[in-house]
Amino acid sequence: MRIILTVLLSLVGVTPLTMAGQADSHIRSLAASCAACHGYEGKSQGETPSLAGMPPDQFLDRMRHYRDMDDDGSVMNQHAKGLTREEISLLAGYFACVVPDGTACNTYRQKADGQ
Amino acid sequence: MKRRSFNQLMLAGLILPGMWRNIASAGGAPRVVVVGAGFAGATVAKYLRLWSQGRVEVTVIEPGSGFVSCPVSNLVLGGSRQIQDISRSYDVLRQHGIQMRQASVTQIDAGKRQLKLDDGTHLGYDKLVLAPGISFDYSHLNAVTGLDLQQHFLHAWKAGAQTVALKQQLQAMPDGGVFALTVPALPYRCPPGPYERACQVAYYLKQHKPRSKVLVLDANPAITSKRALFEKAWAELYPGMIEYQPVSELKQIDPAQRMVRTTFDTFRFDVLNLIPPQTAGRIALDNGLANAEGRWCDVDYVSYESKQAQHIHILGDALDSGLPKSAHIATSEAKVCASAIIDILAGQAPDPAPVFANTCYSYVSADEAMHVANVYRYDEKSREMKPAPGGGVSKQHSAGEAREARSWASNIWHDALG
Ligand code: HEC
Repeated sequence: MRIILTVLLSLVGVTPLTMAGQADSHIRSLAASCAACHGYEGKSQGETPSLAGMPPDQFLDRMRHYRDMDDDGSVMNQHAKGLTREEISLLAGYFACVVPDGTACNTYRQKADGQ
Repeated sequence: MKRRSFNQLMLAGLILPGMWRNIASAGGAPRVVVVGAGFAGATVAKYLRLWSQGRVEVTVIEPGSGFVSCPVSNLVLGGSRQIQDISRSYDVLRQHGIQMRQASVTQIDAGKRQLKLDDGTHLGYDKLVLAPGISFDYSHLNAVTGLDLQQHFLHAWKAGAQTVALKQQLQAMPDGGVFALTVPALPYRCPPGPYERACQVAYYLKQHKPRSKVLVLDANPAITSKRALFEKAWAELYPGMIEYQPVSELKQIDPAQRMVRTTFDTFRFDVLNLIPPQTAGRIALDNGLANAEGRWCDVDYVSYESKQAQHIHILGDALDSGLPKSAHIATSEAKVCASAIIDILAGQAPDPAPVFANTCYSYVSADEAMHVANVYRYDEKSREMKPAPGGGVSKQHSAGEAREARSWASNIWHDALG
């Protein structure tokens, strides 16, 4: 499917790079809308935890927990249920790599390359 | 998940590869002019600079000398915040390389892509972003009452001088007095705002003038947001102090006798806080950018480009989006719009299906709050932003949520202006 799509897209002159660009701006804007509570680039100015440099496993764990629990009236429960699995995975990478040389990003990088 | 290379996956959003090769630079850097520096305007300006790595020139036109936040402004009435606490300077925007011009736009020439300013100068643009907020529409009320109501009564629905003046009226009110506040029919800026204001005024009165009352005259059939939560908070925290009247549109006012007549009844007041019906900021309406009903603006929710004019993008409370007119929505839209403008300037397609979060906290006292939260997702069928599954409100107001609300305010102010 992906190969067919890529061939089709290259026929009309759209490269997979552009596709990646779209996915990227989707996640970038979504992640930026978390900034109202978690701070610009996930660096919180207040009590709400920072997300920048968070190990991706921990991020995924927390988000799965928020997503799967019954409505407890908390903001994260209500936000996590509105996102897709793929968005949550990509957000894990986004926030890990906001600190590009940090351990969280290196771990994520190794995992993504090994997949 | 599908297999993707590290470069595609990991750089999610941090670097957008290869884009700037395409940005036409025949006439130098592309120029974006932003009109209005509230939450939406400040955010779109900052993110245009950041996400283009400084390759888009950004000028902001704003008549005000500084930023005053509407969120948290009701706490100035309650007494737990001062106006300085909710005011911010535009200096950091300048540090991002944004040119700030303290002026007003008098005319938009969409054909020539040019603005006329109130200092007589002209300013050209490649893309224009209007973040004009709201204007107040007294026309119907003035017609039915035969008065110029704007002269008589404060709205304090744009934070600033009116917030301070309304606080002074509240302080001058005698104990045993009635503070009446009118709520216009939806849509208006900040749906839960009037009910939060009732809490904050009651919070002040309970301490300083405990025999007084808050009278809420609502043109809507019921509390428009967080209804059960407000009813509970009013009953628990301010028993007998807040009188709520639904379906109570203003019909007549006698400023001398301090009487107001609504759909069904007549009431006496000591202070009247008249929150009037609203429209998109006048600059949008006056330049042919309103939709058929003439009060709000329609845009494409992928790029926020106006349905009425090319190269003009519109954000925030001015839109007929069906979304709550909140600061968080305004900043989320601003980011989608900044990203789309950069893509369009680079000859690339913007994200075809944006998604973003919204949360709005309301303080029921100085240190207890509650929220409504939702993710909104672009729906390709209706071409509108629709609520995603899972949104909702707090179980009840709490001190923990007030701590979250304080953190929210620090972060959103820093995000827009820091
Ligand atoms: C309205 C405010 C708000 C918004 C918007 C918000 N969050 Fe949160 N988030 C919180 C709060 C408050 C907590 C702490 C809650 C807790 O301890 O259970 C939290 C916790 C988290 C955590 C766990 C942090 C940790 O250290 O355990 C993650 C991960 C997270 N949020 C991700 C996100 C993402 C991704 C978004 C955007 C899609 C987002 N949040 C949007 C308020 C918010």
